[in-house]
Amino acid sequence: MRPPRTLLVWCPDWPVVAAEIVEGVPSHTPVAVLQANRVVACSEAARAGGVRRGLRKREAQSRCPRLTVVQHDEGRDARAFEQVVAAVEEIVAGVEVVRPGACAAGARGPVRYFGGEERAAEQIVEHVAQSCAVECQVGIADGVFAAGLAARVGRLVPAGGTREFLAGIDVAALDRPPLTDLLRRLGLGTLGAFAALPAADVLTRFGFDAALAHRLAAGHDTRPLVVRRPPPDLDVTAAYDEPLERVDVAAFAARALAERLHERLAGHGLACTRLGIEAVTAHGEELHRVWRHDGLLTAAAIADRVRWQLDGWLSGTSRDRAGHDGTGRCRPSGGERQGEWARPTAGIARLRLVPDGVLRHAGLQPGLWGETGEERERAHRALSRVQGLLGPTAVLTAVLGGGRSPADQVRLVPWGDERTTARPGEPPWPGQFPPPAPAAVLPEPMPATVLDVGGEPVVVSARLVVSGAPARFVGDTGPPVEISGWAGPWPVDERWWSSAEARRRARFQVSLADGRAMLLSLAAGRWSVEAIYD
Amino acid sequence: MAGLESLRSAALAGLVRRASDYADTATGPAGGSGVHRVLPVLPELSRVLPSRGLRRGSTIAILPGQSWPAGGSSLVLALLAEASRSGSWCAVVGVPAFGAVAAAQVGIALDRLALVPYPGPEWPTVVAALFDGVDVVVSAVPTGVSGSIAKRLGARVRQRGCVFVPYGRWEGADVTLQVVRGAWEGLGQGRGRLRRRQVSISARGRGAASRVKEVKIWMPAASGRFGGVVGDPVQIGGRPALTLVPGLAEIDSVDEAV
Repeated sequence: MRPPRTLLVWCPDWPVVAAEIVEGVPSHTPVAVLQANRVVACSEAARAGGVRRGLRKREAQSRCPRLTVVQHDEGRDARAFEQVVAAVEEIVAGVEVVRPGACAAGARGPVRYFGGEERAAEQIVEHVAQSCAVECQVGIADGVFAAGLAARVGRLVPAGGTREFLAGIDVAALDRPPLTDLLRRLGLGTLGAFAALPAADVLTRFGFDAALAHRLAAGHDTRPLVVRRPPPDLDVTAAYDEPLERVDVAAFAARALAERLHERLAGHGLACTRLGIEAVTAHGEELHRVWRHDGLLTAAAIADRVRWQLDGWLSGTSRDRAGHDGTGRCRPSGGERQGEWARPTAGIARLRLVPDGVLRHAGLQPGLWGETGEERERAHRALSRVQGLLGPTAVLTAVLGGGRSPADQVRLVPWGDERTTARPGEPPWPGQFPPPAPAAVLPEPMPATVLDVGGEPVVVSARLVVSGAPARFVGDTGPPVEISGWAGPWPVDERWWSSAEARRRARFQVSLADGRAMLLSLAAGRWSVEAIYD
Repeated sequence: MAGLESLRSAALAGLVRRASDYADTATGPAGGSGVHRVLPVLPELSRVLPSRGLRRGSTIAILPGQSWPAGGSSLVLALLAEASRSGSWCAVVGVPAFGAVAAAQVGIALDRLALVPYPGPEWPTVVAALFDGVDVVVSAVPTGVSGSIAKRLGARVRQRGCVFVPYGRWEGADVTLQVVRGAWEGLGQGRGRLRRRQVSISARGRGAASRVKEVKIWMPAASGRFGGVVGDPVQIGGRPALTLVPGLAEIDSVDEAV
């Protein structure tokens, strides 16, 4: 049985190209991608400078001093390659991703369609270059293995000529270093020499894997392609000839749409945890928002969310405060200010539901002690409703982490998002205040003045000597107040290694004669109230 | 029979009950409505509240105080602490300066606490939406809330069976709590640190509770939590106060004997 004619698209130095696509490292400069301190790929310029695969980082840098070093990331390679696969899929059916940087397809279809192997190869190279600005080479041969080697030299091996093509290639192409080493020591330098050995003897002497390599070397690569199945299209869209002007009409339409989406998801055995709702008006205004949900979105929950979103939009009350965090964004068609949801000027002409986070539906796991019960469901509904009114970032939940000031220890995340802290609580943060914590932490520190007995502003020297005992506190409003007790200074010198974020200040706890207590801080000679022990 | 009894008491309280409460009564008297009708509060605060806790459907206002000492923020935390710890969902609206670290130290479960720092002009709608699903809703009162809106919100609270805590002057509150006196301890001149504060909280209610009650409470106590017996001494400045050691006199006499 002859292996099927296979067409393979190969992008040279893919890890380098992926680093350019994802992280913007220019690939025309010397770049090396390293894994475990060894070079796994390098750019053309780096190769000209003497960098080779397998070099240590230090040696590569000594050969090519201007070398940019990037850490290898398989996920990054695979993600960046997705667009190349999509481009190839546009003109060739049934694509298998061999590895990030190489994909294969049956050659028969495209060759017949484009009328010749050269024409097909040209078309593919051209299309990939145009749609994702990536250089690639195409090779055609019998079997994936031979096609891969053909692509490296950009050759179209004629049908039946694969064995001769492989015969002249070095055994290193098998990509099995121990076997290659062994074959070299036996004096078998090329695939042709290896293929000339009797297959049965190779199996008994070198084992199963070597027998497989032997079949490849002989051009018997009969493994059929594992064709990638494109992900199912789960979006549902509805266009309305009569634009929907009223919220209740839109909600009714959304209900039907939600049922359709739910049915489609159920058909694939999936459930949706994150849902994008997109509404377009007759005048082209667009509103898109992603709704998150801890549990699974049911048809009713989807319909509710559509209603809330449209309710806020059509009645012109909702606004998105932060607007830049990716949870909600709006694109008013006019030159209106970003972050403000303008009331649409026409009815809704198109609704689209895009399931964003889908997972296998294996039934919902209820909480052991009932904490994910009905109460939780009710609270979630109410808070999502407020999110619909004010925007997703208006409802927050606090997550505690590490930090030295009471404001640093808290991170506010939008309701429904993952509760992760920006700074871990461990290792400990020396300089943190012991309990009790202040009950009111000002979002913006309030400027103030602290005077000593003589009426001079109190300052702290670099050696933390206080110029005089604080005696009077002057806030930005109200008369001066006597200070009845104080403690400090407690110095904090944070992030001194980064000039933009560096903060150096001395903190004081102060209790006033009228019963107030505050956390004051002195930075660059300016006093401010950080928090109030209210 | 016990189910009937509790049903009758609920009717007497003049409150609409949710379907889930009926389910509770139906499943057994142990899960009886009495437990769920009133959310727990700190034992010290329960002395001044008419129903010994946060009765569902009631409005409990907290006055931030016209002059210092304020203590309003701490009073909000004190009111939420026990309810949140026992599993209730809480929301705080219109308080951008909410101290989440202090809330956690008091015992409030932050994952069941939602913050809406800037409700904007839609304040009544936002608060009304929260009544539907959250057990305790604390909200700073914006200026210029009309009487009719206040009345409508009060009716909604009674209907939904949640607890509304307006943080500011509020007409029609069942109870109004206020910190009247407060004194911090633990801070000396240039040493020590804030350790605890003794406050007096006054409660003025309507009807049967119209008599002003006052209670003294540590808010916070030295542990960071609230409550505790008022009256145990505190050390100032972190250094132990000088006390007479009983054995010393004998040592002196021994010296003389030698």
